[in-house]
Amino acid sequence: MSGIPVKQSLARRIWLQRYLMILTLPAVLWMIVFHYIPMYGIIIAFQEYTPYQGFLHSPWIGLANFNELFADPTFRESVFNTFKISLAKLIFGFPAPLLLALLLNELVFKRFKRVVQSLTYLPYFVSWVLVVGFMYTLLDPDTGAVAKLLVKTGLIGDEVMLMGSAHSFLTLVVVTEIWKNVGWNSIIYLAAIAGIDPQMYEAAVMDGASRFRRVWHITLPAIKPTVLILLILSIGGLVNSNFDQMYLMQNSMTQDAANVLSVYSYKMGLVSGRFSYGTAIGLFQSLVAFLLMYLANYSSRKLTQESLF
Amino acid sequence: MLMTRSRGGAAFDLFNALLMIALCVCTLYPFYNIVITSFNDPTDAARGGITLWPRVFSIENYKVVFRNDSMFHAFVVTVARTLIGSAAAVLFTGAFAYGISKSELVGRKLFLMMAIVTMYFSGGIIPYYLVVAKYLHLKGHFPVYIIPNLFNVFNAIIMLTFFRALPKEMEESAKIDGANELRIFFLLVLPVSKPVLATITLYNAVFHWNSWYDAMLFGGEKLLTLQQILMQIISSNSNVSMIASQLGYGSVTASSLKLATMVITTLPIVFSYPFVQKYFVQGVMIGSVKG
Repeated sequence: MSGIPVKQSLARRIWLQRYLMILTLPAVLWMIVFHYIPMYGIIIAFQEYTPYQGFLHSPWIGLANFNELFADPTFRESVFNTFKISLAKLIFGFPAPLLLALLLNELVFKRFKRVVQSLTYLPYFVSWVLVVGFMYTLLDPDTGAVAKLLVKTGLIGDEVMLMGSAHSFLTLVVVTEIWKNVGWNSIIYLAAIAGIDPQMYEAAVMDGASRFRRVWHITLPAIKPTVLILLILSIGGLVNSNFDQMYLMQNSMTQDAANVLSVYSYKMGLVSGRFSYGTAIGLFQSLVAFLLMYLANYSSRKLTQESLF
Repeated sequence: MLMTRSRGGAAFDLFNALLMIALCVCTLYPFYNIVITSFNDPTDAARGGITLWPRVFSIENYKVVFRNDSMFHAFVVTVARTLIGSAAAVLFTGAFAYGISKSELVGRKLFLMMAIVTMYFSGGIIPYYLVVAKYLHLKGHFPVYIIPNLFNVFNAIIMLTFFRALPKEMEESAKIDGANELRIFFLLVLPVSKPVLATITLYNAVFHWNSWYDAMLFGGEKLLTLQQILMQIISSNSNVSMIASQLGYGSVTASSLKLATMVITTLPIVFSYPFVQKYFVQGVMIGSVKG
């Protein structure tokens, strides 16, 4: 590093950095292959893709796939299901980690708090395959321990096949989503709460503020930016209902209820081999996701001056 | 702590503590129930009612699994992809993060932007499938588990944040001694980056251990993973006996396979968890400060 900046040619600068380039460029190439070429591949939504002709030479058919899509009743059902499931997850699943973080923060013994925290993270690290396996085992009407408990407490009737009923599908989706992610999602709120100046609480106690008032007037306003950012992200994710969960929870009885955009795109594109049609469904999903994220971000900026971008 | 405790406050504390205990029970019980049921005699377990303790203790379920060749093969494939895939991904992503952490790097802004765009936009699953299967011809070959998972933007950003915070003097003195960046990265930077390497390795290991989707898309019979076998057993659960007879087992055997495999795939995570969970949380903290 010389003190005087010397103008060097680009080629020379790159040559001098050749070792840094050796470290960086493989990942850049990787991104082109595994992200940018697939992005380019979206054009097959406007083509009649055949494997033989590939991305570059398949015949163009304009918006034909989209015209078919909007007339397709299964597609309409999948849009409806996607929003229904995501809204239920947003309404019940979004506040859950916030509530957990607030309750954890009120625990008197800090050691106990740490233990509860660590235990509630655990389900985040097991796969949805396992979670659905747990469900089939625990909710089996003949042998499942949880199903038996629910029957005993009168919450469900005897012999109800919880996993095989479109009726209980939505409830199970929301409950398992919360079970798996509530602990992990609370970390970010706990970190935000930990960053609040303790003097604020001390001053509030001096003024005789009750516990509930301290949470309402200090904790919640302090973590509002975090809550809003996460809310924007969740709204942007409204059309991306969890593929793993939906795909794995579907069976012959629940496949209509589990028909969401990502599952339908997968089934059309890769199971039925209609690559272009499946891609059109995926593109529709991405565009709506982007639009929702933009709208959420815009309204948040207008209303509260907090925004993601 | 300067807190005035009222009687109402104490009642709330008690209620809150009980609620948290209930939450922990709800979190852990499914794991516990699967373990005790897997150690129960399979024929007896079909009667149901196993809630707190195995009724007829037996390791029959595990014998079934360990006698099963395709299960053993899947276990080897899963362990191999977890070990090789995690190590390769950490080095590959780390190398990129290190390069990007140097402000003098030509094209740094462009590379960073390319990485960030991939967080918001993607081609979706079908073009991705076509690239991997039809253009790269990776389908059905073991590297299909490794190469497409070499890089991850979120992990790159966590590592970038870490590398940026390293003291500059150490690298500069090595440079004066004539070391090039490759040597500096491998011999100097990586050894002092153990905390972040541990975090990212664990993220990758969990990802590889849990993944079934790429096995379903690209794996084929030779490359079945444990999660995928489990998924096949589970997704045909509504008619266990049918799939069991297809595979040439009785329905008891299919259920044994399911239970024991669930336990075998969960236990590495549950047992390593107390030792490694602080590393998991570290990653979230670095990531959230950045984001």
